[in-house]
Amino acid sequence: MRTRLLSGNEAVALGAWEAGVVVGCGYPGTPSTEILEALAGKPGVYTEWSVNEKVALEVGVGAALAGGRTLVTMKHVGVNVAADPLFTASYTGVRAGLVIVTADDPELHSSQNEQDNRNYAIAAKVPMLEPADSQEAREFTRMAFELSEEFDTPVFLRLTTRLSHSKSLITVSADGPQRTEAPLAAGFEPNPRKYVMIPGHARARRVAVEERTLRLRSAVETHPANRIEWPEGLATDAVAEFGVITSGIPYSYVAEVAAGAPVLKLGVVHPLPRSLVTEFAARVKRLYVVEELDPVIETQLKAWGVDCIGREAFPGIGEFTPTIVADGLGLPLPKPTVAPQLEVAVRRPGLCPGCPHDHVFTELNRLGFIVSGDIGCYSLGVLPPYNAMDTLLDMGASLTMAQGMDLVVPEAQRGRIAAVIGDSTFAHSGITGLLNAVWNGRDGLYIVLDNGTTAMTGMQPNPLSGERMGRADAPALDYESLAKAIHLPDGHLAMVDAYDTTAISEAIEHLSELTGVRLLVVLGLCLIEGQKLKRIEKLDLKKTVRRELVRNHPVGGAHV
Amino acid sequence: MSEVFNVLLVGVGGQGIVLSSDILAEAAALSGLDVKKSEIHGMSRRGGPVFSHVRFGTRVHSPVIPNGAVDVILAMEPMELLRWASWARPGAAACYLDAPILPVGVDGYPEGLDDELGRLFPRLVRIRLAEIRRSVPLKVRNTALLGAASVFLPLAGESFAAAISALAPRGSAQANQEAFDTGRARAEAQLKESTNVE
Repeated sequence: MRTRLLSGNEAVALGAWEAGVVVGCGYPGTPSTEILEALAGKPGVYTEWSVNEKVALEVGVGAALAGGRTLVTMKHVGVNVAADPLFTASYTGVRAGLVIVTADDPELHSSQNEQDNRNYAIAAKVPMLEPADSQEAREFTRMAFELSEEFDTPVFLRLTTRLSHSKSLITVSADGPQRTEAPLAAGFEPNPRKYVMIPGHARARRVAVEERTLRLRSAVETHPANRIEWPEGLATDAVAEFGVITSGIPYSYVAEVAAGAPVLKLGVVHPLPRSLVTEFAARVKRLYVVEELDPVIETQLKAWGVDCIGREAFPGIGEFTPTIVADGLGLPLPKPTVAPQLEVAVRRPGLCPGCPHDHVFTELNRLGFIVSGDIGCYSLGVLPPYNAMDTLLDMGASLTMAQGMDLVVPEAQRGRIAAVIGDSTFAHSGITGLLNAVWNGRDGLYIVLDNGTTAMTGMQPNPLSGERMGRADAPALDYESLAKAIHLPDGHLAMVDAYDTTAISEAIEHLSELTGVRLLVVLGLCLIEGQKLKRIEKLDLKKTVRRELVRNHPVGGAHV
Repeated sequence: MSEVFNVLLVGVGGQGIVLSSDILAEAAALSGLDVKKSEIHGMSRRGGPVFSHVRFGTRVHSPVIPNGAVDVILAMEPMELLRWASWARPGAAACYLDAPILPVGVDGYPEGLDDELGRLFPRLVRIRLAEIRRSVPLKVRNTALLGAASVFLPLAGESFAAAISALAPRGSAQANQEAFDTGRARAEAQLKESTNVE
């Protein structure tokens, strides 16, 4: 045996590979991105970056129904996008194991909200496991596949930013990790009553889901991911002063600050093991529930009539720390004593120095546009020195929110609303908004800032970049064909070079004069992506392709 | 070692904090210790502050260092050392590269920053950029700082050497090892000098 240092994300990929996963798909999103990147290229697995999370989950459900163990990964807000297939995949079941990773982001390190996706497990009636370190991330991934097949259900694996991006030791055999092929033979077996969710079939499956939940409730009582840690030497009939129910990363803080305290460590966070909880609660005088974000465990305990201390002692907003957990348990750590007297300079994130797309923001600000923004690097356009963003909601909302605003604003603001969106986000869910605008005869200036990659999450290919997972060549969406197909008026599509500041200014001014839907594509390769392309000798080709696009789509020009 | 040893590595996006912390964590693992490390990726790569917690010892639970319990801070930039100084335990050591990277919108750092850092950290190694500008290439300055900070770390040189050869990007192991050695030698000389003065 030897040890290796792996991040939580790498450990999930390893666990999935060891469990015989054959398909991995997802959409990049911090903190989940590195899982598929670690899985990609491993033998026996197909991996893809899907267009968005809904697509990824549907690909995943299909693969599982056809008999292949499948891993689908996304960040917490990605589950919102994938919620439609999720809730009904709970009814169809899976045949081969289907594990959905939701990487939540307490503290909003890289997200627009702080939602607690344990609520999705409850709402979709799908079991959820939550590991506390890399070794567990690997083991729980295998357990999740087994649970998925045994109970014929998708299974959630919940990570948080701190777990995804922390590294801890795992043990592997001297020969390295070993893969076990999954038990099922591939092959789709038609079963319309189970897989075709018309109301008549779905009503029967609704009942099956309830029966499954009852069986799961019983199974979690003895599931190996749930365990009680009693202090050494505590007599079996003794009652401890206090005990803690916890899961995930907060467990590691409890172990740190309350070493030796009785702990019920939950690995399955939905459904909860009622008997195990009751047994534990009976043997401690004070019962603490240590959980980040929503009081999910606490609420269930109180509904069962189990007295516990949760939100009274621990905050419901933000990420926990060892200090917060220690304070809540009444075991305060020594306070920091080193006190700087000089003022610390604020250092904000911003667009990289030399980012090709900074001029667009400068120009939109100068011209006084209301800017409807989107997710990704370009969200940084809201910060100084640009101060050029007025709204940001979710993936793809730039175009569609601009449409809504334009319906209601007074005459003076009409035509002064611009939407800005990156290329990956445009493919994810911007194109539907563009189609909506043209179809409904709307008016608006929509700007795609195309940097040739999904930059914010670390340079993943996308449907506009000409590559797919693993940097294999792929067809790139053709803006002109798209514009033609949706009947964008002639002369309403322009493409400019991001470094040609004069052309950008002229294009925005020219397009501002027109009415109807106008699409401006600003092409400028991300600097970091450019360095990577140079190393693999693709930079020149990519630059040539993009120069051609600019040449063939002059401002005010007709479709070629 | 029964206690957990806590190292905080800080800097600005692009300065190689993640690789330095990976090398440190690997060196601890190769020494037979339990190790955990934690950092946050994402927005920080766009010029924001970057930090990494590395903890090692017989048994490490939390990947996050409790505030006020840091034993050694390695900073790739002076203001970043000041930013994280309050995380240090009393008597903690620090090592920093004296090469300011001014945040956007800031014209200069306050006078007396170096004195303040000296007051906060009685055990302090300051690597001046001029000292290493010629001898250490830009890409491996992070490893030079790790070498300098290693004078405060209870890990053997061989463990660092093995970690460097395991984790340095292809073809750069030697350059990284040389940078590590240069940094360590600078720090040793500085500590010796300050002892002589006292």
